[in-house]
Amino acid sequence: MSYAVPSSGHRPVKPFWPPFAAGVALGLVLLLTFVLTGHGLGATGASTRLAAWLGMEVAPAATTANEYLGPMTEGGNPLSSWISWQVVGVAIGALVAAFLGGRLRIQFDGARSVGTGKRVVTALVGGLLSGFGARVAAGCTSGLGLSGAATLGIAAFVFLGTFFVFGLVVSRLVRGV
Amino acid sequence: MFPFYDAGAISALVCGALFGFVLENSGFGSPCKLTAQFRLSDWSVLKVMFTAIVVAATGLWLMRVAGLMEADAVYVPTSLLVASAIGGALVGAGFAVGGYCPGTSVVGMFSGRIDALVFIVGLVLGTFVFAGLYGPAIEAIMAMGEVQTGDTFSDAWGIPDWLLIAIMAVALVAVFHFGSWFERRSRGPVAADEAVAGAGPADVSDRA
Repeated sequence: MSYAVPSSGHRPVKPFWPPFAAGVALGLVLLLTFVLTGHGLGATGASTRLAAWLGMEVAPAATTANEYLGPMTEGGNPLSSWISWQVVGVAIGALVAAFLGGRLRIQFDGARSVGTGKRVVTALVGGLLSGFGARVAAGCTSGLGLSGAATLGIAAFVFLGTFFVFGLVVSRLVRGV
Repeated sequence: MFPFYDAGAISALVCGALFGFVLENSGFGSPCKLTAQFRLSDWSVLKVMFTAIVVAATGLWLMRVAGLMEADAVYVPTSLLVASAIGGALVGAGFAVGGYCPGTSVVGMFSGRIDALVFIVGLVLGTFVFAGLYGPAIEAIMAMGEVQTGDTFSDAWGIPDWLLIAIMAVALVAVFHFGSWFERRSRGPVAADEAVAGAGPADVSDRA
């Protein structure tokens, strides 16, 4: 089976960076972040603030009364924080990289292998598990796993350990993409 | 003395943009490539992440040794072992099922993947479920298993930073060695053209 991509209207697809080079680059970006800010990179700090903001838009009374989201709404707009801007940066960086690499495609990825209906469910359920889990651990693969491990934090290695074990086991039980 | 403790939008945008740029170029916007790590046919996730951890940890350690950074100058996550273990398990399961982790879902969405947007909707829903259930019971579980003596291996158990970094460097060589061995025995890493074409494991497994 060939994977020739229609050449019309698309930039040529460039290969991904070799893993070692990509890892060194990622490590240097992480180090730069620590030097500039005193903390590492993250993601769910922003989605949690997005949840707090959405809560304020839809049900302000319930959101301010909520023990978890309430405190985030006290200092004004929950979205105005370093981590929200950082995730905006991730979006810009990914868009530029995908465009320059000829890898920008509007698609419903995974639909070809498991079907569109099932792919909607797996993406939604996967996100739900991940969103809940990241709140329990107070961090995700980037914020706790990657950044925490760079500071030699014990919690990060525990997180990465169960992350890989459960990923391996669950991927044998469920085909998500 | 470092760090600068900059909390402004410019440093956030710069660090974030570089982060997103590297992640997309690593292939981490593709759910198929990401989950191939758990099928053991593509070890890019472990290789890239582990290399980054060793590079950043070495850089931070060198800055401490050179006296450019205080020992407790950067944020270290609290050693809540039960919360970290449960969270890691759920994020790992979510990764296997949904094809992304929270950060890579942003990369997937901005390389054009609509399924990544669905994943992000799930992320926010999961946050609401957590906030709805949040209370004394969850707080008690999350507070369990804290290492009282410290958050890092050196603070908690006296393991020197250089020794831990050296062990990680050896483990990194092993990850590349055994990872590449697994990749040779299976269909191998998902290439960029395959990832862009949205190739699923069923499509690519027959390509020996």
